[in-house]
Amino acid sequence: MIRLLHIEFIKLWNNKSSRFLILAYFGLMTFIAFVSSLKIDYGPLKFNVADIGLFNFPYIWHFNTFMAAFLKLFLAIVIVSMIANEYSNKTIKQNLIDGLSKKEFILSKFLTIVAFSLISTVFIFLISMILGLMHSSYDEVSIIFSDLEYLLAYFVKLLGFFSFCFFAGMLIKRSAFALGFLFIWFIGAEFIPYVYIAANKTKELADSIYQFFPFGSMWNTIEEPITRLSVIKNAVQTVGEEVTKSYEVHWYELVIVLAWTAIFIYSSYALLKKRDL
Amino acid sequence: METILSVNNLTKKFGYLTAVKDLTFSIEKGNVYGILGPNGSGKSTTLGVVLNVVNATHGGFTWFDGTTSTHDALKKVGAIIERPNFYPYMSAEQNLKLVCKIKEVGPEKIREKLELVGLWERKDSKFRTYSLGMKQRLAIASALLNDPEILILDEPTNGLDPQGIHQIRQIIKKIASQGTTILLASHLLDEVEKVCSHVVILRKGEKLYSGRVDGMLASYGFFELKADNNEALLNFLEKHSGFGQIKQENGLITAFLKEEMDAKALNSQLFEKGLVLSHLVKRRESLEEQFLSLTKNQPNQTAKA
Repeated sequence: MIRLLHIEFIKLWNNKSSRFLILAYFGLMTFIAFVSSLKIDYGPLKFNVADIGLFNFPYIWHFNTFMAAFLKLFLAIVIVSMIANEYSNKTIKQNLIDGLSKKEFILSKFLTIVAFSLISTVFIFLISMILGLMHSSYDEVSIIFSDLEYLLAYFVKLLGFFSFCFFAGMLIKRSAFALGFLFIWFIGAEFIPYVYIAANKTKELADSIYQFFPFGSMWNTIEEPITRLSVIKNAVQTVGEEVTKSYEVHWYELVIVLAWTAIFIYSSYALLKKRDL
Repeated sequence: METILSVNNLTKKFGYLTAVKDLTFSIEKGNVYGILGPNGSGKSTTLGVVLNVVNATHGGFTWFDGTTSTHDALKKVGAIIERPNFYPYMSAEQNLKLVCKIKEVGPEKIREKLELVGLWERKDSKFRTYSLGMKQRLAIASALLNDPEILILDEPTNGLDPQGIHQIRQIIKKIASQGTTILLASHLLDEVEKVCSHVVILRKGEKLYSGRVDGMLASYGFFELKADNNEALLNFLEKHSGFGQIKQENGLITAFLKEEMDAKALNSQLFEKGLVLSHLVKRRESLEEQFLSLTKNQPNQTAKA
């Protein structure tokens, strides 16, 4: 396992653009986190995000995992190109000839995806922890370590998303087209039909269908945290509406994403096995 | 004899096209084999199958004694097929380190192999800055990293300039002299003739011949003769029971042998008859001539079907 990870690490780390994107991903995460925690004090404009409770434990786990998940697009490029490059350089062929089995090839890529998701999860844990300790109004240990299931959901969400990218790369073999495919899938197969059904039928029907789709299920893992903020809640209440939403992480939503992960990885393996290189 | 590879009734179809048809041959340790055939005769497909990158339609193959899995067997094989495939953004040394990881061997041999192919000075240059000849030599170095039991080369001199071709052939000869089994696919007859001891000839996916290069035709060779009195010489040859076909071209007589006879015996026979030769050469058909006569003798079965 270490050997397979090491093989993939050599390939990725020596590639300038991959290295840049990986560093940019983690750099950006840190940058955004700490910039957002700065107090804005510019003449009449005084604003401190910490004051609205953004960095309070345990809410910060929810908020940060939700926001950080958007940055996964950076790694999507890395993952798609790490597959597609193997095809365009024909190194996949050479790897197999050199004695890597097809299973090992898939496994080395999958382990890399797991490693990315894991490192990213640990990273967001550390950032949130630091931000929380700096700004949170509550700092009892029991509160700090509550609601950690958002981190699990974050991990599963990334894993599912990267597996989809992996599969798209295997299927299409060209980075740009694979990314295009993912985008078209998102817009054409999920976003527009969802909006259409929600508009013409009911939102409940659209939700119940799209919770089983790849992007839909990934989106579901972490509920949006905005309306959970007391500021927003109060604002909504003054308009006369009530936010009745469950913000928890549901185990079955994670299972759906994990099922997609399994389908994507297995299909990639089946594709590779069937193909003549 | 220790068998390294046996291919059994291998068939590969790409849609309607049959690239390899019921092919059977085996590779023994210590010989230099050539797979010979025109472009599109199924050479690369056959190699692709045994190297685990092309799936066979029927039949199969076994490496070594058949107990190791293909990908483990491939760790004891060195192979270069078609074009050298490496990561363009990595240096030669980094690429070879990666191959070492895949083959599960230590990186100690990298220097030795790079020196063998004359690339040690360029080890830190990125692969994409290499010329084709250098890429091909790096591929050979890479294939040798694990001191393989067999080295498989698919058209290793394709697209190289004469100097590059010469360098590659020197390297192959050097490796062969160290006792490594070699399987060389080529459409260049003289390449196979110069390097190989055994040959498998393919045409349109079918095996026409497999065996020793010099045993390809049951032929005893031929004499090229010239004398002042060509008439008398022709007369003598036609009456001689040891000769079959006799041709005369530009004053040079070519007489094909039906039985073994050496040049000395013929010369003394002719001398007794008072015939003095101005030219006497005994030759065997070149592989090219043998190949052409072999492919000519075979009915075109694919056309029939």
